[in-house]
Amino acid sequence: MTEHLKMDKVQPRMLDETGQGAIHKPMTRPEGPLKVSGTATYAAEWSLPNMAEGVMVRAAITKGTCEIDESSVKDMPGFVGIYTDRMVRNSAQGTMGTNPVQPEGEVHYLGQPIAVAVAETLEQARDIAQSLAVKYTPADGAKTVMDDSTEFEDDDDPVDMGDLDKAMSEAAFSIDSLYTTKPHNSSAMEPHAAVADWEGDRVILRGSLQMLGFNKNELADSLGIDVSNVRILSPYIGGGFGSKLGISPECVAAAVASKKLGRPVRVVLHRNNVFEMITLRTETRQRMRLACDADGKLTAIGHENWQTNLPGESMAEPVDVATHFLYGGENRRYGQHIARLNRSASGAVRAPGEAVGQLGLENAMDELAEAAGIDPIEFRVRNIPEKSPESGLPYSSNALAQCLQEGAEMFGWSGRKGPKERLEGEWYLGMGVASAARSNILMESRANVTLNPDGTALVQTDMTDIGTGTYSILGQIAAEMLGIDPSKVTVELGDTDLPEASGSGGSWGAASAGSSVFLGAKGIRTKLAERLGCSPEELRLQDGVATGANNRRPLAELMDGPITEEGHIEPGSTSNDFEQAGFGAHFAEVAVNKVTGEVRVRRMLAAMAAGRILNAQTARSQVWGGQIWGIGTALTEEIQHDRRTGHIVNNDLAEYHIPVNLDVPDLDVHFVDERDDQSNPMQIKGIGELGLSGAGAAITNAIYNACGVRVYDYPATPDKIFPHLD
Amino acid sequence: MKVTLNVNGEGRELDIDPRTTLLDALRNHLDLTGSKKGCDHGQCGACTVLVNDRRINACLALAVMHEDDEITTIEGLGQPGALSPLQRAFVQHDGYQCGYCTPGQIVSAKGMMSEFDLGWPSNVSDDLTAIPDFSRTEIRERMSGNLCRCSAYPGICAAIEDAAPEEGLKNTKAAE
Repeated sequence: MTEHLKMDKVQPRMLDETGQGAIHKPMTRPEGPLKVSGTATYAAEWSLPNMAEGVMVRAAITKGTCEIDESSVKDMPGFVGIYTDRMVRNSAQGTMGTNPVQPEGEVHYLGQPIAVAVAETLEQARDIAQSLAVKYTPADGAKTVMDDSTEFEDDDDPVDMGDLDKAMSEAAFSIDSLYTTKPHNSSAMEPHAAVADWEGDRVILRGSLQMLGFNKNELADSLGIDVSNVRILSPYIGGGFGSKLGISPECVAAAVASKKLGRPVRVVLHRNNVFEMITLRTETRQRMRLACDADGKLTAIGHENWQTNLPGESMAEPVDVATHFLYGGENRRYGQHIARLNRSASGAVRAPGEAVGQLGLENAMDELAEAAGIDPIEFRVRNIPEKSPESGLPYSSNALAQCLQEGAEMFGWSGRKGPKERLEGEWYLGMGVASAARSNILMESRANVTLNPDGTALVQTDMTDIGTGTYSILGQIAAEMLGIDPSKVTVELGDTDLPEASGSGGSWGAASAGSSVFLGAKGIRTKLAERLGCSPEELRLQDGVATGANNRRPLAELMDGPITEEGHIEPGSTSNDFEQAGFGAHFAEVAVNKVTGEVRVRRMLAAMAAGRILNAQTARSQVWGGQIWGIGTALTEEIQHDRRTGHIVNNDLAEYHIPVNLDVPDLDVHFVDERDDQSNPMQIKGIGELGLSGAGAAITNAIYNACGVRVYDYPATPDKIFPHLD
Repeated sequence: MKVTLNVNGEGRELDIDPRTTLLDALRNHLDLTGSKKGCDHGQCGACTVLVNDRRINACLALAVMHEDDEITTIEGLGQPGALSPLQRAFVQHDGYQCGYCTPGQIVSAKGMMSEFDLGWPSNVSDDLTAIPDFSRTEIRERMSGNLCRCSAYPGICAAIEDAAPEEGLKNTKAAE
């Protein structure tokens, strides 16, 4: 049977009544012992009998056509084959569900996959891939730089409310600033990998993918086969951060080669391939216009952005997504302009939109607060609207003020001074704040929940755990609802033969897949209540014992066999009738070296309001991740393209600088207690991307507070600071 | 070419392409996939193993260079049901998320403790000849060769501090 819920109205707060104690508190991950002993199996680690090894071949020109000369390598030791059929240009955009562009011999950017070299061993395949002769015919008109001469595609339907120009000219205080951010790479530690094998007409693909329900359709479409002939297995994924949302080139290449060869083929992307063939976050230019009256009330918000992508890619970074609902002000204008360049495709990287949009907005808010002579926290609190300022919708919940104020108290904000007023040795110290916001989303999702008479349970869904804690929280939800210890629940994930879930992305995984597990368990509770002779509302389940209607029975006595229920959640009208978002506040204290301009982050605090927190430990780890990504965004991360060819010059982890252990100070996380009744039947909201939204802006605002230098061009490397330090 | 690798106390005979890295020998030929490949360039530390008790990046070594060496991988430190103190502490402190860099972090932490025991200074040590201080800053510096994009660094440091006494860390100020 299926327990179905379309989220059209507020649901009872069941998880506040159940009382097993399996949720809210910190809990270690059930898969932890496998991960710390190296026995969790990631995609590349499947070794099948008679498996051949494939290595991708990348285009060495920016634009044109290519012809592969297979004869140049076919006598090399271990040669098995060169395959170009159905090669995809780049990874699919998240939730696309269809094939990525398949350019068939055309080259659209330098580093594009053009073939896979297959051999008996990895060493042979690598040698063959590097030795393969390719005849290129370059084409004119390659575009590799976004600058003032670039042509842009403009957003068809920009928002334009009131009169921004008039409000700016009449305002007591205003700022008009241009912020720029460089492209970012997800840099998940596990490179993308695929092992493909065919059973007749059906391909079994072991991959590293975030959204199997979409990915199976993307793979089927790329291969020209029916989706019923695709099975994807992805039980362990070594990080995603958006880079594994869509089917990627190595999956299609491995499947094509395996089909032709009639044997399993493994293709693992080299780290350089990951940088080039997988979508990255676009660079952005953001024009921020803000104005306020003499009392510090916003009268105007303008957030216009310029970005880049390959021709034919549908995704655009929603830079202004949070600006639409975060602050008031009656005159508002937005616009989006996309340059089509011959460079690696842009796509989702953790918190698409807010990750960079909140840098522009929250720095501009800091500038305007300074201009108006108002404390940055007070300035933000004054401008939190009663309802969403453009749609007029009520917020499902909005604890931004509480996050800012409780965070300020915990962080010691009252000790903040002005620029260059705190000097420690040769270091200026300063504090900064920024608001966090991330739209909350519910997606359709299904799971099977089985309760056994011995008090054990099984959760099955094609949901993924990319490190976010899915194994933990799905087990906890089932345990809480069924009144058993979480250690009694087995969670099976990452197999498209299981019920289709939302996938991991957009911070919707816990809410969506979690709600389906909640519903499946709720269906089981209804059956148990019937057998006990009470109403589902009266039923109490705790430690394997059912109580209700003056009756008390162990599960084993109520059940003559396993009970399985499918849970099925769908978004409903609460998604449309309310502005749903997580809110928060980031605080940072930094030290800026007065000689070199080097910045060291001293400490950070994130005060987060994300509804009910299911597992305080895994949620905190997600926020730590966001804060540390904020450090990278603010200080070190930037993809550099060769202006002549569009080549990613720093296409590895030595030259693309993600934060290392010594870059990270002590971090505090504070969860503001909250229930969001409109979000889903568990009253939770996403946390994984909220932790990044605004984190980098708190750091650059702290840099300004420390030394008086406002950095407009991210990242804030020393060369952008020390020339301005007098 | 033929080579015998002593891995986790066991002699393993291989006949492999001389271009095979130690990491690929472990992962592709000995079915020891706990050592991870994150970059294949010595940049991320996910492949860290101990060779004669010293931590190295297995992706930067050829397998045939290590005949007769004692190689310890994550599998040799402990397995589910019999985890080492460091492994248990990583679980307890959530010193990971996706788990991909984790074996490298743990093996690296084990190797780092030997370096403390030998009195090695680091880039953040105030005195190059003094007994090193087992401080958060020293741990952070010495663990900075192991990248974690999930950014579990706070949990990683807490786990290392927690497990150090049980792992037998000796020659530090903290252990005194």
